[in-house]
Amino acid sequence: MRVWSLLKIYTLLVYGFMFAPIAVVLLLAFNSSQFGGFPIEGFSLRWFHELAENDAIIRALRTSLLLGALTALIATTLGILAAMALVRYNFRGKNWITTFLISPVLVPETVLAVGLLIFLRWLHMPRSFLLLLIGHSIIALPFVVLVVQARLIGIRKDYEEAARSLGASPLQTFFEITLPLLMPAVFAGALFAFTISFDNITATIFWRPSGMETVPTQIFGMLRNSVSPEINALGFVMICITVGLPLLAGAMARYFSRKKV
Amino acid sequence: MADQQIDRRPWILLSPALLFITALVVIPMAFILVYSFYENVDLAVDVPAFQFGNWQELLTDGYYHTAIWKTLRLSVIVTVLAALMGYIPAYVIAMTTYRHKWLLLLLLIIPFWISFIIRTLSWIHIFGNQGALNGLLGWLGLIEAPLQLMYTEFTVIVGFIHVFLPYMILNVYVSLEGIDRNLEPAARTLGATPWQAFREVTLPLSLPGLAAGCLLVFVLTGGSYVTPLILGGPGDFLFGNLVYDAIVTELNWPMGATLSFALLLLLGSVVILYSRFMGMNQLSKAFGR
Repeated sequence: MRVWSLLKIYTLLVYGFMFAPIAVVLLLAFNSSQFGGFPIEGFSLRWFHELAENDAIIRALRTSLLLGALTALIATTLGILAAMALVRYNFRGKNWITTFLISPVLVPETVLAVGLLIFLRWLHMPRSFLLLLIGHSIIALPFVVLVVQARLIGIRKDYEEAARSLGASPLQTFFEITLPLLMPAVFAGALFAFTISFDNITATIFWRPSGMETVPTQIFGMLRNSVSPEINALGFVMICITVGLPLLAGAMARYFSRKKV
Repeated sequence: MADQQIDRRPWILLSPALLFITALVVIPMAFILVYSFYENVDLAVDVPAFQFGNWQELLTDGYYHTAIWKTLRLSVIVTVLAALMGYIPAYVIAMTTYRHKWLLLLLLIIPFWISFIIRTLSWIHIFGNQGALNGLLGWLGLIEAPLQLMYTEFTVIVGFIHVFLPYMILNVYVSLEGIDRNLEPAARTLGATPWQAFREVTLPLSLPGLAAGCLLVFVLTGGSYVTPLILGGPGDFLFGNLVYDAIVTELNWPMGATLSFALLLLLGSVVILYSRFMGMNQLSKAFGR
């Protein structure tokens, strides 16, 4: 059918639109030229070396990794507890609670950022790493709830009930049965929360204390009229972290689940 | 068993998240409103007051009206273009019999994992003076000096669409995927042309997903300020940029609070309007994947 082929070509073009610019960044990271753009003069790992020696960037990377990991811890803990309640129990006002839990998504991030900043200012708490941490956690929480909830629906309640009827205590049941079954959901939620924190710039610009940079704010500060080749190399590294990690995790999960069966 | 009474367990599980959101979202929102009545006396110095000076400035100063107008205009443009660009891919992914459909879906998720700022600045490599487009045109001998394409409203729009398009495609895809596959053939048997079958059956049934995608793109665009700073010129600012300027540059916190609350009202009313007609269920469907 001719129309169908046209639609397929259109779809390919849209995918091209989504990925071509990213491919260009990945490509230019290896360009030996002094400038961040075209033409490509030759292959070189020079910018990765420069990157590794750039203290400001390494410091920002460390801050971002720590912040992302702690955000994942907080958001996933809160998110899993909430998702368990939503999936496993029926109670009055459930729809209302669900909407409330995802409501931070619906507040523009700029407004969320200013609100929290002003509230803490009123409490005489200056900008700090802690503000970034609780802020990132609140931004990630709704997404974690949604992701974990979707995974939890797929886990049957029978196993827990079987464990209980065989004499396990509720706590034992949770740690021996529920949590292992939950692990993929925990993992998915944590990874999502990490990525959200690692990527955030809109709110981070408002919340970061002066002198503290995360990777996105560091890049933002380095962007003055032109893109330096170091930014391309940094982009390459970041994409490896945020795309490579989940893909690897997904592949591993698939491999192990196959092995078990 | 104790279950005869009201079961407290779900509330125990929910309480940390509910407390967290109440303390860090709900209460701060109220604080923005309170702070908007405060008075700014000097850089970063403000006194508690109950006066409408900030609101009056917002309502009477033409600069703010321009920003509101620009924000609404740009958000509508981005939303419409994203819908036009995103519907067909969503349709193709939903209807394809291709064996590796999961790959197409994975490729839609991957942009969410790639840094927003990297995706945004990548357009400088396309449209900039040293970008791919100027390089190609120069190499072909079509131009002598690089074309000035960057730092315009056009590049801001492209940047926004690039970042928000996956939201649109995923939302439309989710609702197309939920449609009974027999409906279109049934319409065909009853004599509808393929186009008629699509327009009368599939399109209306996919509208909830399209609406959810449009809402997300509209609200996300309307609340941004970073994209115009990276890809736009001096005249390309959104309402969010005024908030950024007030808080980060001018240290005028009460005005920043006033502008934030105005932005919340502006975009919040769009969300409320949407939930009136559509409910909130459709929105959580796409995220749950």
